[in-house]
Amino acid sequence: MTAQVSAAPQATSRPGTPNDRRRVINRRRMRNLGIFALLAGPNVLLLLVFVYRPLLLSFYYSLLQWNMGSPVARFVGLQNYVRWFTDPDTPQIMATTAIFAVATVGGALVLGLAMALLLNRKLWGRGVARTVAFAPYVLSGIAVGMLWLYIFDPRYGLLSTLLGAIGVDSPQWYTASPWALIMIIIVYLWKHIGYVALIYLAGLQGIPQDLRDAASLDGATKLRTFGSVVLPLLGPVTFFLLITTILSSLQSFDLIKAMTDGGPLGSTTTLMYQIYVEGFQTGRAGYASASATILFIILLVITAVQLKYMEKKVHYA
Amino acid sequence: MSTTTTAQRTRAPQAPETAQTRPNHRRRPFRAHLDAGLYLIMVASILVMAVPLIWMFLASFKDNGEIYSVPLQWLPDQFAFFNYEQVATSIPIGRMFLNSLGITIAGAGLKVFLGLCCAYAVVFIDVPLRKAVFVVVLFALLIPGQITIIPNYSLIANLGWLNTYQGILVPGLASAFGTFLFRQHFLSLPISVLEAAQMDGANHWRRLWRFVVPMSVPTIAAVGLISLVNEWNDYLWPMLVTDNTDTMTLPVGLTLLQSLDGMQAWGVLMAATVVVTLPMLLIFLILQRRLVAGLTAGAVTG
Repeated sequence: MTAQVSAAPQATSRPGTPNDRRRVINRRRMRNLGIFALLAGPNVLLLLVFVYRPLLLSFYYSLLQWNMGSPVARFVGLQNYVRWFTDPDTPQIMATTAIFAVATVGGALVLGLAMALLLNRKLWGRGVARTVAFAPYVLSGIAVGMLWLYIFDPRYGLLSTLLGAIGVDSPQWYTASPWALIMIIIVYLWKHIGYVALIYLAGLQGIPQDLRDAASLDGATKLRTFGSVVLPLLGPVTFFLLITTILSSLQSFDLIKAMTDGGPLGSTTTLMYQIYVEGFQTGRAGYASASATILFIILLVITAVQLKYMEKKVHYA
Repeated sequence: MSTTTTAQRTRAPQAPETAQTRPNHRRRPFRAHLDAGLYLIMVASILVMAVPLIWMFLASFKDNGEIYSVPLQWLPDQFAFFNYEQVATSIPIGRMFLNSLGITIAGAGLKVFLGLCCAYAVVFIDVPLRKAVFVVVLFALLIPGQITIIPNYSLIANLGWLNTYQGILVPGLASAFGTFLFRQHFLSLPISVLEAAQMDGANHWRRLWRFVVPMSVPTIAAVGLISLVNEWNDYLWPMLVTDNTDTMTLPVGLTLLQSLDGMQAWGVLMAATVVVTLPMLLIFLILQRRLVAGLTAGAVTG
């Protein structure tokens, strides 16, 4: 807007002709465009170079037979995808990915809601509970994985001692096939429940007490009130959490890296982990890019469902 | 709710006692037991959440005899720092701490700065491009960072930026989430204040820093804190671009230590884990309210 001030003397020297006014407006516009570019430019440039460019390149790489760091690449069309779909490892990887996603998302939503209901009661000490529950969410996934690895140690860990106290032998968490995945799922839940509980708590506190009172006046039991009044009103929150936890679960990496490195025998290798293993350990960057594209499509479908639902919500409102 | 009913059921045999202590209120026994059940569940969940962290702290002061003792020994005999010294001889943890600190502060600071500038431009500067720029930001939110690692790694490697601070920092600087939250907030600001500033001849730069920023402190704090936590904990990208301890960040150093000192040197590993987690725990405890506000704001708008 300073453009207007500095341009004013020129405009008054030959007042009023439409040409001059247009020139002033044009100059102001150019000036605004310049400031706009200066302020928004760096961020947009970074987004284009480090988010959009790699997205497109990832599609392109998936059509190449190319090893990470190698100067030669051969165009092979859809061969990487054909290989991915026919690879004997693929069913196991997708099963692991699906089990991990369903268990972590389902577990986080159910336990998170239970904790939110508990924290929503006016109990002494709930502030402490809220703080303690949320703390793991802000900690490094690698560090959390490491400290739980110690707790799960089948010989000297805290858990094996606790299990021993009730007469149960500790499973071989590190080396036995279903247990390693179960271990990671438990730790994932421990790290993420606080976040889910907090969002649910915000949702619960947004439900007017009159609605519950009205339901109980109509003779509804507490359980009935919860099922027919509270739960439906938490629908949008649940849906938001469902989407965000699915997305973060499908992309989780740190815990797997710290705790099992994808093993034993690939039994904790998810699709995300496969991208890392193929791209940076085996070095098959083309194949890894095909995996990345498949993961992206899965995530995109989930996000599209979210956007569609959100649109519907707006129509209802 | 189902949890509360089961708790109440398991506690039921004690009901008569409580009824006697408060004979005047017919509903009290039920409530007292409901509450007792709830408190039991709450204490249990506090323990489940807190004990692993406490266990980590205690183990970082234990020697091997104490760690491998059967039966389990809760408290170390003395709070001595030998495990921390062992960490320092295995990996240059001081250097890594400073690397993490510098990258976290620079990364979070630049992210907030870029986000503020971009959001201001999109909201307050009337140019034809601004809708398009906002769409670019919005769609970037939908692109998962994890799938960009291969092309970004190859670019950083070609630039010769492996094992450099800029290699760790620059690819993650672009602010989509921050810009989005700032824009939401800026749209709610009173436009009259900015018009008055414009009348007084304040240019865009001045309006941003003297008027918009002071009116946005809570949002800036929230975005800044979330960025701080994310930068500090970031692992995958720094791990890919550094294999040299000179530029390595703490979480990467932690996995390096794991491979150097063996999977089960628990005392040493827990000492390093404390070094990684303690700063974020402290920030969280001190600034919990702001951090939580930021995360829930992201949830509500996002």
